[in-house]
Amino acid sequence: MLTHAFIIPLIMAVSFVAILAVGKRLPRGGAEIGIAAISICFVLAIATGVGWVQRVNHPPEAEHATEEAVDPDDEIAYALTTAEEPTGHGEEAGATEEGAAEGGATEEGAAEEGAAEEESHEYPPVVRKISWLQTGGFDIKVGTLVDGLSVLMLLVVTLVSGLVHVYSSDYVAGDRRFTHYYAFLSLFTASMLMFVLSQNVLQMIVGWELVGLCSFALIGHWWEEKPNSDAALKAFLTNRVGDVGLLVGMIILYFAAGDSSRGLIGSFDILRITTMANTGQIDHLVLLVASLCLIAAVMSKSGQFILHTWLPDAMAGPTPVSALIHAATMVVAGIYMVARLYPVFWHGLSIGSANINALAVVGTITLFLGALLAFVQSDIKKVLAYSTVSQLGFMVMALGVGAWTAAIFHLFTHAMFKACLFLGAGSMSHANHHSFDMKKDYGGLRKHMPWTFRTFVIGTAALAGLFPLAGFWSKDEILAGAGQLGGKGGYQLMLVVGTLGAMCTAAYMTRAIYYCFFGEPRGAAKEHTPHESGPRIVIPLVILAGLAIVAGFANIPDTGLFSGLPEGVTLRFEHYVEPRVAWFPYADQTVGDVLEHPEFSLQIALTSTLLALLAAGLVYLWYWKGAGPHGITQRNKAARAGYRLLEQKYYLDALYTGAIAGGVKGPIARGANWVNQNIIDGVVNVVGTSATAAGRWIYKNVDQGGIDLFVKGSGAGAEGTGQLLRKGQTGKVQTYGAYLFGAATVLAAVFVVIASTS
Amino acid sequence: MTVLLNQFLLLGAALFAIGVYGVIARRNGVAVLMSIELILNAVNINLIAFSAMHGDLSGQVFALFVIAVAAAEVGVGLAIVLAIYRNRRSVDLDELDLMRG
Amino acid sequence: MSLLASTMALPGVDDPINVSQTVAFGLIAVMMVFGAIRVVTTRNVVHAAMWLVLVLAGAAAQYILLAAEFVAVTQVMVYIGAVVVLFLFGVMLTRAKLGQEADLTRRSWFGGAFVAVVLFGLLSFSLVDTFEDAKVLEDRQMGYPTAAALETTDDGDVAVVDPDARLSNTQAVSDSIFSRYLVQFEIISVLLTAALVGAIVIARKD
Repeated sequence: MLTHAFIIPLIMAVSFVAILAVGKRLPRGGAEIGIAAISICFVLAIATGVGWVQRVNHPPEAEHATEEAVDPDDEIAYALTTAEEPTGHGEEAGATEEGAAEGGATEEGAAEEGAAEEESHEYPPVVRKISWLQTGGFDIKVGTLVDGLSVLMLLVVTLVSGLVHVYSSDYVAGDRRFTHYYAFLSLFTASMLMFVLSQNVLQMIVGWELVGLCSFALIGHWWEEKPNSDAALKAFLTNRVGDVGLLVGMIILYFAAGDSSRGLIGSFDILRITTMANTGQIDHLVLLVASLCLIAAVMSKSGQFILHTWLPDAMAGPTPVSALIHAATMVVAGIYMVARLYPVFWHGLSIGSANINALAVVGTITLFLGALLAFVQSDIKKVLAYSTVSQLGFMVMALGVGAWTAAIFHLFTHAMFKACLFLGAGSMSHANHHSFDMKKDYGGLRKHMPWTFRTFVIGTAALAGLFPLAGFWSKDEILAGAGQLGGKGGYQLMLVVGTLGAMCTAAYMTRAIYYCFFGEPRGAAKEHTPHESGPRIVIPLVILAGLAIVAGFANIPDTGLFSGLPEGVTLRFEHYVEPRVAWFPYADQTVGDVLEHPEFSLQIALTSTLLALLAAGLVYLWYWKGAGPHGITQRNKAARAGYRLLEQKYYLDALYTGAIAGGVKGPIARGANWVNQNIIDGVVNVVGTSATAAGRWIYKNVDQGGIDLFVKGSGAGAEGTGQLLRKGQTGKVQTYGAYLFGAATVLAAVFVVIASTS
Repeated sequence: MTVLLNQFLLLGAALFAIGVYGVIARRNGVAVLMSIELILNAVNINLIAFSAMHGDLSGQVFALFVIAVAAAEVGVGLAIVLAIYRNRRSVDLDELDLMRG
Repeated sequence: MSLLASTMALPGVDDPINVSQTVAFGLIAVMMVFGAIRVVTTRNVVHAAMWLVLVLAGAAAQYILLAAEFVAVTQVMVYIGAVVVLFLFGVMLTRAKLGQEADLTRRSWFGGAFVAVVLFGLLSFSLVDTFEDAKVLEDRQMGYPTAAALETTDDGDVAVVDPDARLSNTQAVSDSIFSRYLVQFEIISVLLTAALVGAIVIARKD
């Protein structure tokens, strides 16, 4: 399965086509195709995962690439270890597709002759590729790269997508575009799977844009209402801003990975780029610029601060879509991209030896501001959306401080509990007239919707990072990383803000639970008794809640308090997911800093958990007991100003639409108008007046003098002919066109006859 | 190990004829413009095919110019269709008979 | 001899033709002709635009088959990317009914059909007559030799020593545009500007 991973996205792509083609004629409107396809994919993803685990446990001997179809990308330049001229270069151009496929199917590890054999646990990724298009000097490949990271993403995407497929069959039942919805779910899953299996950055860009497109289509699923189509457009356009950074960054990396001595202009190959970055063959400045450009892409796709505004608006789509795309899978595409190209960032931003860098700062700002914003939302989905923004900030910050495994681990656990929370919110709105306003329409739901209540509370506890749920392990690993990694003293600022962020997380989630499940029923919940949703909604919830409980045990630390545990239990996640090859800053060949792992710190864990509990307790007192200065926002000016600022989302939307767009529109439009009025009109007027003057002169001297006589004579003759021709003048342009083509045809026929007889 | 030139030329001819039919038989202004695009594409296919036959780049350069001119033509054409629509509330070319003799 | 490289000898031709490329051409061509027919017969203007996209994409594929990558990419970008969008805007702004429109084709369409059929017959007759078995060059990668491939011999002639070291298609096209066809290129740019101004003037609401 490791070499045949391409089948997984292919199945979903076929499912997309099949649903579009025949979905409407099926009894369940195409849902059965989608669910069947995603189930097969999930099984295959598990098979891939098992294959990978076996590969890690029994690392293969380094195999030599076969003689045929040696790709310059595969001779990952081991300038450090070997100075041999690589053989087989240049035979590629003549290789047919079959040859490339045969050669590409061999597992070519990054380890070749001369590579560090003493690295006892190198398990190279499984690469398979074929030529996609060959054009003058370029040979662009398409293929799969299977290693721990992509296998993990395969599992997460297929699992959440599968549950969302099942959930949707109940949730959007009877929708006016049910089939269309399922088709796009399939397409989305296919593109995300293709994205995580990308073998080169070009393929990555394609997948990146495809998931953006599906996001657009699914956010605007009910496009008849203007807010929904506006939200879809906003998501699309905001992402465009960051995608410019993506393109520029990838282009820089492409050229940086070239090899002028071998006449290679550049390379799209991910392994080649990362290895070269890692072995110091790419200039530090180039890496810095490229990583800054890519950070812009991460900001837009993963909803980091200042480009995050689309994510809360994206809640206009159906809830399962929010769960799948805007919580668990698509928004982590940015995180995945950073993780995949990590050496670029690691060396470009000097993550290993600095105390502050752009990536960590972006993540830190986001996690804190997002958590604050979640506190003032009255729409349950918006709370969860800002929570997603905040948690993505945690992941970006973790990558920024060098806690690679912690970030990916948090991605994994967050996918579970955030999908659970979103689906729970959908279940509640399903019972309450499809309203999401928890202040107005919810309240006291815990009696009527026991399963939703239980799963939602489990998800909340996991998100708040309470021991022993999933969020606790991943969040504390991130905080420990922020405290211990980096240069002298570590990323202390990130640690402090991260702890505060964890506090806010607990607070806003407790508030959400109060509004939804406790207190008196309000609005829709009051008008009729809400009822628990059907099994197709509850079962995914229960599965996800179960995962939210156990997912954290995948990476139990083995230091500090836990140092006594046996080796087969601890750090399994790190062991199987983290790459141990030359393209990752783990290996001996790395120039400069080597990735380190944070140790479990009881101090940090206790502090953050206790602070979270404290925050939850304060919120409990505030809402349940009515304690504290209620109504302070009405009384106190400073508090009111702060509340307004949060309510207006830091005035970012106003800034974008009002100030920036308006500012660009006004002056430029005025300037263009001025040019139009003064310069162009001026030219036109001058031409006009001079032409009139010339016309007058000609009229007086030429026309009246000579031509008139002649015209009057010929006029009489022309009139007779004209009367005859009038019949054909229908005045319709197309009739004339028909005459024209007809005449041309006749003429052509004459020519052909003449030519063939002579 | 080559391909025949004629197949490309015949494809171009087919597209050209279809485009001519569209120009004559369609009533909607936008649809007529689309047919004109078909004709231009037919010409482009011919140009590229001849370029590949002679091994001369001029055909490709000319095709590029045709693409540019086509873009300009669509812009102006659609502007005209818009102006017609604004004046007459319809883009039906059969109703445009102001020039009837 | 794999499938991709299989050839078929034609009667009376010394040079066999490449089967796989011909088959690929045939598939794309059938798709294009079908799409083109739909463009001029469908009753829905938006659908016509979508079929037009199919035809244009097919044309781009044919250009790739003829080793004219740059034109193919330009075709995709300018035609599919810009022109079709313009069409859709035109459809939208002229408030064409979304859906079936019975009066999209004139009642007297058969005249057009007759002209088209006769024209196609004539064209194909004369094409088959003229280019009976002309072939596209086998080596369609056109490009001037790079400087590295040239060598000045003793008697002052410049000889091509390495025929494979050539500029790529894109480089060759750009060299051609900006040297040999520079004046035409400038004329095209003036034309585009004029068309832009004209379109704005015509479509502007006064």
